[in-house]
Order: sequence, then structure tokens, then C-alpha cells
Amino acid sequence: MNPQTISTPQAADAGTASAIPIPNPLCEQPDFSVPAEMVAVLDELITHYPRKRSASLMLLHAVEERYGYVSRQAVEWIAARLELAPINVYELVTFYPMFHRQPTGRFHLRICRTLSCALRDSYKIHDHFCRKLGLDPHGHGAQTSKDGMFTVEFVECLASCGTAPVIQCNDTFHEEVTLEKADKILEGCK
Amino acid sequence: MSTNAKIETPPTPAPVEKIKVKVDGREVEVPKTMPDGVTGKPVPTTMIQACHAIKVEVPHYCYHPRLPVAGNCRMCLVEFGTPAMGPDRKPILNPDGTAKILKSPRPAIACATPISPGMEIYTNTPNVRFMREGILEFLLINHPLDCPICDQAGECKLQEYSVDHGQTSSRFAEIKVHKPKRVDLGPRIILDDERCILCTRCIRFTRDVVGDDALGIVNRGSYNTITAYPGKPFDNNYSLNTVDLCPVGALTSKDFRFQMRVWFLKETKSLCTSCGTGCNVVVGSREDRMFRYKPRENDSVNATWMCDHGRLNYRWIHNPERLVQVTVRNGAAATVSDWKSAMPQLAARLKSAAPGTVAVIGSARQTTEELFLLAKLARHFQAVTDSVPRTGPADHLLLNADRNPNSTGAVFTGLAATPMGSNLGKIAEGIRSGRIKTLIVFGEDVTRHGIGADLLARLDLLVASDILPNATTKLAHFVLPGCAHVEKRGTFVNVKGHVQKFMKAIEPKGDARAEVEFLKELLPTVTGWTAPRSLEGLFNQMAGEIPALQGVTWAALGDTGVRVQI
Ligand code: SF4
Ligand code: SF4
Ligand code: FES
Ligand code: FES
Repeated sequence: MNPQTISTPQAADAGTASAIPIPNPLCEQPDFSVPAEMVAVLDELITHYPRKRSASLMLLHAVEERYGYVSRQAVEWIAARLELAPINVYELVTFYPMFHRQPTGRFHLRICRTLSCALRDSYKIHDHFCRKLGLDPHGHGAQTSKDGMFTVEFVECLASCGTAPVIQCNDTFHEEVTLEKADKILEGCK
Repeated sequence: MSTNAKIETPPTPAPVEKIKVKVDGREVEVPKTMPDGVTGKPVPTTMIQACHAIKVEVPHYCYHPRLPVAGNCRMCLVEFGTPAMGPDRKPILNPDGTAKILKSPRPAIACATPISPGMEIYTNTPNVRFMREGILEFLLINHPLDCPICDQAGECKLQEYSVDHGQTSSRFAEIKVHKPKRVDLGPRIILDDERCILCTRCIRFTRDVVGDDALGIVNRGSYNTITAYPGKPFDNNYSLNTVDLCPVGALTSKDFRFQMRVWFLKETKSLCTSCGTGCNVVVGSREDRMFRYKPRENDSVNATWMCDHGRLNYRWIHNPERLVQVTVRNGAAATVSDWKSAMPQLAARLKSAAPGTVAVIGSARQTTEELFLLAKLARHFQAVTDSVPRTGPADHLLLNADRNPNSTGAVFTGLAATPMGSNLGKIAEGIRSGRIKTLIVFGEDVTRHGIGADLLARLDLLVASDILPNATTKLAHFVLPGCAHVEKRGTFVNVKGHVQKFMKAIEPKGDARAEVEFLKELLPTVTGWTAPRSLEGLFNQMAGEIPALQGVTWAALGDTGVRVQI
């Protein structure tokens, strides 16, 4: 659908000297490739939806799960798979905090900060993790330790409010977390 | 007017069922459906259309009659009520016999809410005013308020609605969210994300009208930001229409950015001359300098758009090389002359030219009136005539392959050969054989179209009128400086036969004059025929003589022109 580009007379370019390029928060992943089995699974998944576009989030989840983040190459691959313009997929990646634009650590610590957990000191647990891992306790969004082992991030309700505060380390759920428990969780991450 | 047989009237659409609604107590009857702005398919009429039908203004940002409805800005909120129904599905009546109206407890967005029979729309209640004030307060929370350096200031909907519906002071004490400023969105556009109110008009235009899904909103909440995909600049031939569509100063044209405060611009109705479509434009000028073209609405030609190619093609008008002096050449010596002394000389020389020894080439960029007068001159000498075809790639929206604005006019007046350009070879041959001794050229450099300098040197008399100097004017015995279209009035006939007029925006420089004026001076002496004095009269005279224009008058052209059969 690319309309022809017609050569257009030069614009005056007044006051454009200080213009900045289109911001690009996406990471490069030059070796990005999707194995054939995964392509087959995803292509089958796409058929579940009335429109290919509706499978966008599922494909993004699959990529995030496999690589830990969504790179520029991944966005363009998904867009091509769904016959969309890359901007359509890019919008989603920036909208949902569960998609990461930078590589994440081997262990991903998600700390709930919604009401019940917040009332039961989940902020202290976040603070604790950050200090132990050399991260900024007041930093915004997901932060990854220098050695690339850990990513710490606040998330919203993990649906276990009765046992607050709760955290999730990769796919493992930990309830009624205390600072001592938090240390144990970290120690277990090897 | 009696015989308008040839003027096409648009086909009358099939009658649509009408609905009666009330807007602020005034009854209005509107069709139940109206054509969709993009697809043309009938869709239910909305409240805002009903309001506009009786000229009640409903402030709006995201709604645009030619874009899909998005309903995201909430500026158009109104209150409404519908007739109350009894259990028997019959309207409940008031004691006085009128239908009892149940006012909806919640407001509705006028741009996306279909009307229903008997509906009452209230656009001016205290609640509506309160809502508008609230929406504007939200819109201004993170707005940078940099109107003093904003190109949109003076034609900005955020300013206008703030004056009409906003508050006088801000209650916002927190820190504003900052977003990227001066983003180089594409080769012709700079984006200031802080000014954006996220109406998505730009996204919808390029996606749904142009078919180039190039823009989107990234991030969330108050961090929402318009962008193109990183590394993929926003670059299609219609991109600058988003600058017009943008209700605020977020999208700015690199060409116009920081050039002129818009309130100083004089606006003149004109036409684009860069192709045979003839998009209707408004010329923005100040003190005889032109600053921009903006598209002007014309449903039969360009809707509300124009292409970037045409929009930016105006710098030649202020080219410092412009021809501004009448020049007379005798042998190798060229002398600067003036109209007063040059015209009688020219008339005398032309008068002595024998029939059959003259050729006339008039550009299809000249106005129909000019071509008509040139054709009169040509007929007097039984001259061979032609125009120069000019083509380029067409696109899927407006841009036409015919890059002359008035090819149809050149055909109507009989000046162009069939097919256009087929006489150019004959004229070259005639000069070579010595049969053609006089050549009159308007608006073309014939050395680039097969009549080289060697041939021109053989002529007894070469008369050239143009805007910019070229190889032909360099050799001409008489150089007559002409006008750009923005410096004169006239008509063009587009490729579909739409006859349209354009008005004068700025004064020509130096001695340059509208071609019609000096042709009118020349004709009586040379041919004995006197043209009507006014341009209106000349057009009407011409319309009477050209079969295709029968029944068309200058007055009937109005602002949007008349369609004739070609
Ligand atoms: S850039 Fe302008 S047109 Fe586009 S969404 Fe923002 S305000 Fe609307
Ligand atoms: S489509 Fe043709 S007439 Fe319209 S703006 Fe472009 S060049 Fe000018
Ligand atoms: S609030 Fe933390 S799990 Fe629900
Ligand atoms: S104009 Fe109706 S919501 Fe924007």
C-alpha cells in the first residue's frame, strides 16, 4: 500500500536545524530469528482470530516469553507476519508494561504494588531487592542488574491479594513475602 | 442564462428518508443517513451534522467531515433528550399535546451519536458549557502554552475554543509532562509532541485517505505521543495535509515554520498550477510576497486536500531572476524598453507579417483568456499553433499525469494541436524551410521542444512572453514580461472539464504585466478586433465563441467553478 513518493520541491527548511530524529526506544537484536516450530505454532494461532491483527498480542507474548524482550527486529517480524505496518505493533509494545524493550535478566522479579500488597509493605521489598542488586529503588519501570542476571520491576495486582505481599520470580509465585523470605528467594536464583 | 445544456449537474442522489429533530429548540429536518466522508457509503446522520445543518456550531477537535469518526476528544459533548414512550410504545404527550421529552441523564458526543426522530439536542446549557470548560482544562494540563512561538497561533482551535469556552486561569499546580519537541517527522514536517492534543486526525488521514499507515500513538496516558515508526520518516505526497488538519501547532510545515504570523497573511482564492487536477487553494501573502498555499474545499475537484508536490511548487514566483523589463533586441544589441514605446513597434512589425508566415506557441500554463486572445491573433495570420505537453507520474489520489494546469483550455481555444505538441515539429520545419518568419511564444522555452537556437536565429521576428528568462527569451526580439497566476486573474479548465477561476493575490514586480492586458492592447492594431475591456467581459465573450463553454459566465463560476463536457 505504499503510495508513490513524488519528488517534491525542496522545502525551505526554516528553523529545522535543531530538529531531532524520530525517537527510537527499540533495541537492536541483529541475530533475531524465529525457529520453524515456533513459526508453525504462531501461524496456527493466527488462524484462531477473525482478523490477523487480533493475534498481535499473542505474538508479542510469544516473543517476549522466548527472548525476554521485544526488539525492533521482532516488531517488524510480527508486523510482517500479520500484514500490518510496523507502527501498529510498535504502539502495542509501548502501551503494555508487560512487554520489555530492553533485554531482561535471567531472573525476573515482579513485585506487586497494588493496594493490598502496597499496604503490606511491598515497596520495602522492592527497595530491598534494588539495594541488594545495585539498582535505583526510585527508578521507573523494569531495571536489570549489571551482570544481566536480575530484572526487578513493580507490577499491578497478581491476583493473590489475600496473601499479600506477593512477588513472582519468573513463573514461581511467592506469597506473604518478608525481607528474610526475599533474601532466600534471591539465594535460590542460581 | 438560457442554454446550460452542456453544464453537467451532479446526479441527484436517491431520496433518503428525513428525520425531524430539534437543535436548541429549533426544528430541523435532516436525512436519516448521509454519505460517509471517506467511503461515500450512507451512514446514520449524527448530532453534529444535524447541528451544522442549521449552522449551530459545536466545538470539536477530532471530528472532521472527511475522516472516519474517532470520538476521542470529547470536545463535542452535548445534552439531549428523546421522546418518552408509554408501555404501548406510543409517545407520551404533554398536557399541551406536544411530545414529552425525556432528557438523557448523561451527555453524548455529537460527532458519533446518531440522531433519532423527535430527538432534542441542547448545545448551550450550563452543563454543556461546564463540560467544554472541563475538557479544555484537561487538554491544557500538559500543554506547553508556547503560543508566542507557535506557527498555529492565530488559527489554532485550542486558542479559539479557550477564548470561547475555557477558563481564564489554570488550577494546575503540578509539573507538566514533557515530550519530544522538534521531531523531524519526515522531509517536510516537524512535530512538536507537547502541543499535540491526540485527536488522531493525522493518523486517520494518512491511513484512511492516503493509504499509508505511517503514524501512531505510542506510550500510555499522559505520556501518549504521536510518532512515525523509528527510522521510517513520514513521507508521502499528501503529508502536508496533516499540518492543515492538525487543530493545534503540533504538526508544522518545514516550509512555513517560523516564516510569518498567520494573522498578517492576506488570503486569496486561487488554484494550484502544478498539474491538470487544478486543486483549489488559498494563497497566503503579505505585502506582495507569497508565503503558502493551503487547500480550499471543492467537492468536485480536490475535496479538502492537495498534494505536497503542488503545495511547495511556488518558489519560482519570487525567483530573483524574474523577467521584469520589456526588452527589445536589434541584431545583437538588446535594449531595455518600456510598454509605451515597445508596443507600437511590436504592433507595426506584426502588422507587416504576411498571413501564413506566422506560428504561435502558447503554453498550456497560460490562462484560457490569454490562450483565447493568442488564438485570435493566430487566426488573423492563419498561423500554425500549438502548446507543449508536459507529463509526469500520476498518483492514486489527486496528482494527474498531465502537469499542465490548462491543457483543456488550450484545446478549447484551438491553440493546441491534436494531439498537443504534434505541430511543434511542423513549426520547426517551417522555420527551417524559411516559410515561417515570425514566431510568437508565450510561456515556453521552445529550444527544449525541438525548435533550437539555430532555428530561432533564422526568424525575422521572435516575440517571447515569459516569467523567467530562458534560451528563447534570450534570443527574442521582443521580450514581454508576464505574470505568475497569483499576480493576475483568469481561468483554467482542468483535465475533467472543470472551469475554475483564480484571483489576484500579489502585485507583479517591475514592468511585468498580466498577459491579457498587453494582448488586448496589441489585438486592435494588428487584427482590427477589440476585446472587451474587463476580464469578466472577455471571459463571457470567449464562452460565447467556444462551443464547449456555451452558457458559462464568469459570474456562474463562483468560487468552485463549473463542470463542462470535454
Ligand atoms: S499531531 Fe495534531 S492532528 Fe495529530 S493527533 Fe496530535 S493534535 Fe491531532
Ligand atoms: S494534485 Fe495537481 S493540482 Fe492538486 S495540488 Fe497536486 S499538483 Fe496541484
Ligand atoms: S494487590 Fe498484590 S496481588 Fe492483588
Ligand atoms: S469531536 Fe466528538 S469526540 Fe472529538
